Amino acid sequence: MTAWLAVAAPILPPIATPRVDWPTVAPVVAMFGAALAIVLLRALVRHSRRLVDTTSVVLAFAGMATAAGFLFYQWHLVRETGGYQTFAGAVAVDGLAVFVQAIVLGACALGVLLGLGYVRREALELPELLALLLLCTTGMMVMAQANDLVVVFVALEVFSIALYVLSAFDLRRAESQEAGLKYFVLGAFSSAIFLYGIALTYGATGTTSLTGIATFLAGNTLTHTGLLLAGFALLLVGLGFKVAAAPFHMWTPDVYEGAPTPITAFMSAATKAAAFGALLRIFAGSFQLYVSDWRPVVFGLAVASLVVGTVAAAVQTDVKRMLAYSSIGHAGFVLIGLQVANAGASGNRLPGTAAALFYLLVYAVMAIGAFGVVQVMTQRGDTHHALSDYRGLARTEPAIAGLLTLFLLAQTGVPLTGGFVAKLAVFRSAVDAGQYQLALIGMLAAVISAFVYLRLVITMYAPNSDAENAAAEGAEPAPRVRIDPGAGIALFLTAAAVLVLGVMPNWTLDIAHQATQLLAK
Amino acid sequence: MERFLDFAWVIPALPALGAVVLLVFGKRIGEPKSGWLATGTIGASFVWSLFTFLALQSQAGDHREHTYTLWQWFAGTGTFKVPMGVLVDPLSVVMILFVTGIGTLIHLYSIGYMHGDPRFSRFFAYLNLFAASMLTLVLGSSFLVTFMGWEGVGLCSYLLISFWFERNSAAVAGKKAFVTNRVGDVGFMLAMFLMFSKLGTIEYLPAFAGAHTLSHGTVTAIALLLFVGAMGKSAQVPLHIWLPDAMEGPTPVSALIHAATMVTAGVFLLCRAHVFLDISPSAHVVVAWIGAITALGAATVAVRQNDIKRVLAYSTVSQLGYMFMAIGVGAYGAAIFHMVTHAFFKALLFLGSGAVIHGLHDEQDMRRMGALRKFMPITAGTFIFGWLAIAGVVPFAGFWSKDEILAKAWFYGGPLGKGLWAVGFVAALLTAFYMTRQVLLVFYGNNRVAEDVHPHESPVIMTFPLLVLAALSFFGGFISLPFTKPNLEFLQKWLEPSIVGSTGREIAASSFGAGFLLSLVALGIGISGIAIGVSVYKRGLPADGVDPVEARLGVVGKVLANAYYFDHGVARVVSGPVTWFARLLADGVDGKVIDGAVNGIGRTVREGGVGLRRAQTGLVRNYALGIAAGAVLLIVFMVTRVS
Repeated sequence: MTAWLAVAAPILPPIATPRVDWPTVAPVVAMFGAALAIVLLRALVRHSRRLVDTTSVVLAFAGMATAAGFLFYQWHLVRETGGYQTFAGAVAVDGLAVFVQAIVLGACALGVLLGLGYVRREALELPELLALLLLCTTGMMVMAQANDLVVVFVALEVFSIALYVLSAFDLRRAESQEAGLKYFVLGAFSSAIFLYGIALTYGATGTTSLTGIATFLAGNTLTHTGLLLAGFALLLVGLGFKVAAAPFHMWTPDVYEGAPTPITAFMSAATKAAAFGALLRIFAGSFQLYVSDWRPVVFGLAVASLVVGTVAAAVQTDVKRMLAYSSIGHAGFVLIGLQVANAGASGNRLPGTAAALFYLLVYAVMAIGAFGVVQVMTQRGDTHHALSDYRGLARTEPAIAGLLTLFLLAQTGVPLTGGFVAKLAVFRSAVDAGQYQLALIGMLAAVISAFVYLRLVITMYAPNSDAENAAAEGAEPAPRVRIDPGAGIALFLTAAAVLVLGVMPNWTLDIAHQATQLLAK
Repeated sequence: MERFLDFAWVIPALPALGAVVLLVFGKRIGEPKSGWLATGTIGASFVWSLFTFLALQSQAGDHREHTYTLWQWFAGTGTFKVPMGVLVDPLSVVMILFVTGIGTLIHLYSIGYMHGDPRFSRFFAYLNLFAASMLTLVLGSSFLVTFMGWEGVGLCSYLLISFWFERNSAAVAGKKAFVTNRVGDVGFMLAMFLMFSKLGTIEYLPAFAGAHTLSHGTVTAIALLLFVGAMGKSAQVPLHIWLPDAMEGPTPVSALIHAATMVTAGVFLLCRAHVFLDISPSAHVVVAWIGAITALGAATVAVRQNDIKRVLAYSTVSQLGYMFMAIGVGAYGAAIFHMVTHAFFKALLFLGSGAVIHGLHDEQDMRRMGALRKFMPITAGTFIFGWLAIAGVVPFAGFWSKDEILAKAWFYGGPLGKGLWAVGFVAALLTAFYMTRQVLLVFYGNNRVAEDVHPHESPVIMTFPLLVLAALSFFGGFISLPFTKPNLEFLQKWLEPSIVGSTGREIAASSFGAGFLLSLVALGIGISGIAIGVSVYKRGLPADGVDPVEARLGVVGKVLANAYYFDHGVARVVSGPVTWFARLLADGVDGKVIDGAVNGIGRTVREGGVGLRRAQTGLVRNYALGIAAGAVLLIVFMVTRVS
């Protein structure tokens, strides 16, 4: 036994542990640490529930604030020195990573704010929700930084598992459990496909490192591209599932509707950002040489998402479902940006990557805002999100109706809201790249989607004859809507962001533009 | 001190803030505090404007042009740049001073006038919003910022005309104003599009610098399209039809928006963009003659109006015509001068008429007034100041500015100049006459007030603004005295950098005598108009209540009373051929083609959605199948591309 070891030892090379670059992982470590601390606290402190709740909220915000601080530092670093790789090339620190992490982190903070009131109303466990949200965000942040397909997969699983649990978080509600289960089964299915895609790509290129793949493809001409192209297809399926792009979207309405509303808000914004971050890095980065092969597929996905998102949203009678379908439509708009990712990189033109990043940011605030209003409107048991519950809302709750109107107008793309600038940026990048068809289809979809959003707006401003009749007959009026402080702050922040991004978009557009220029080499 | 130039954006920001606060918390703030809040914000803007004026004055004469860009809406990528900024120069400073100054007085007056109105706070929110928009309009550094203010004042005008929307006529008048203004706005927008496509910018200073590089036709088109915009906002024939109806709004609104400030936006716009006009003499001729037709036409109509506010409304249209005549001969300084003095005395007249209406419990027909000076001495006294000013009696404000315009037209020479002078001459005679008629019918002669009405003087909060405006109507002309040039033409000299090289043909030094003679003639016209008016109306109306002029003019009088049947004509055309054509479009083209298409899309979307919903079974295995099918589809496509 010992003899064997003695013989074997010189043959095995010593395991080279990669140098740990702490600033690179500091945001992730802060989030993960906060999540672990909350779990430990919950397990160890048994006597005072209030103490645990308060402390875990403080811990969660401390973790997010620390992460935000380190992100600022990373941005500064990236601006000084340009993007770089670390952890033996498995992790990238660059503009794209920082921008996507910032969106995810912001979505997490807003999700926590919305979740506070929800947990109290539904009498659920607060620490668990916070821990899961933080863990989920950790996974997404790793995904944004991942520079190796295996790391991408690990990150994907980390945040997906947390999301499955979060979707089923409201254990007493069958819809929530159903949502969690559906998401889990289909998520596992798509993860398997994604993993197979990684295997095929590895088979074709001999490496899983994204930089390595790019170098390999640049240096070698493949005699048979079949393996690689099949890998593209399967990777697109896996990530297309996560961003809710048609035709891999069918889980979206069911899960978005069933999941607790704050979770829906968080996941619609953050998952899209993280998964699109990976898509941009993999396809616009490593597979750029084969752009003519994957571009038609992305074109198809974009058109399918736009059509399904707008058409199906038009017939929904449930506001949460409607917003879920509109989320599919928005994925289509971001896909336009991906489709022309590097086409406009030269000169004065707006690269698609920058447009896509800006769109993801704007979508995050408008989606969280809209779902936040839904969360405020729902009552115990997460009910009251049918279209008819919003009839005549403007008369009884002018502030809430006004906020939802703002978010819906932003999603329509009305000028002076962020949504307008985001759509304009995406269309411009498409036009700059000469992709007129896609820009045209996008514009048509935007016009048709106006019908979807304005239908809800008109419903809110239409008189509620039922309620008035009921009131005339002396029936009890519907309870007044209460905005809890957390949701109030979240709604204020998102509304302000939608307006600021619409009136003064230049600064953020610039940052998105810079972020795409500072890629890891 | 120069720091104020960078902070000129505060001037529109203050009333905008007031408007937001009042819109949100108005009900809670209540009466009269919300009125004071609104007055406070606009008053603070006035003080800020004064400091801005001093700051600009401290600059050397050729440096009095300060652009401050607040932020870029879009920039950095591509040629499409939209800077949001303010341009502080002598022209905009004159505008902000008189908009905030008169605005403050009218806000103050409204606290008394709107007393007891159920939507008191809402009214002040709109007034503040209007002030913010108007200040944005005059301070903007580009056509786009001005256009934003332009649309803002249009919106506020609509909201305030139909403020008492329970009255059907008010609601209709609001809509009419809005729709008519849209016609003009299209002109403004087309001008901007044309400018952007030819020059690549719609910022004022770069656009003016580049104007000389354009072809003559393009410049003329831009100038005339801008003038179409100005015609809508400033009520020039044939887009004047909304202004008389706009009198349905509360009287302070008529004074502020439909006499002193908003309706002069068109005059401001053309003065601001005078570079385009200067290059194109043909545009000048069009502007001049439209102005002349408006000045004369509206003055004739005003003679036969019986509603106290409608007289003033037509008078406003007519005076605006004068300003466009001045622009038409390149006398931009004279146009601005008349704009300012007109703002003083017309605001005074409107507020005075408001005090009369208020004192008579909403009576507006002059045939049921008379001898009111005994009951409301302050209102009567100040109204008389306004009357003398508009009639052109020396040394009241209107005399100087109107004389300036007539003199500029005369010395412009040629058939255009002399013709304009003649039109202005006749219109001035009519102005003096109809205003004399109004003063005598309202304040003198026999008392024809209904028996159950007890006239009373207005509270101090309403009479104080009247007194201030009366003083301004008296002294206002001294800001630019002719004859003594160049020493005392303060306004003209001040404006020079903004309208440099374009003050029309200067009155030659040798023609000082001629200028003096012209002034005497102008004074003569005013006095004669007053004399005729006094001789006809000195005893008020005869017992049968029939206006002596009505009897004498016969058919002509009827035509005038109906404003040349212009409204009827428009209504006839709109309800006749236009409606027919619209119906044709609606039933034929729209109903079958467009509706068909829209409904078709709608139906397709709906059916497609239903179809998709059928696919949405809720069964996980079906969803998994969907994903698998999608994956297969993608792989199949990829296989076709395998090399």
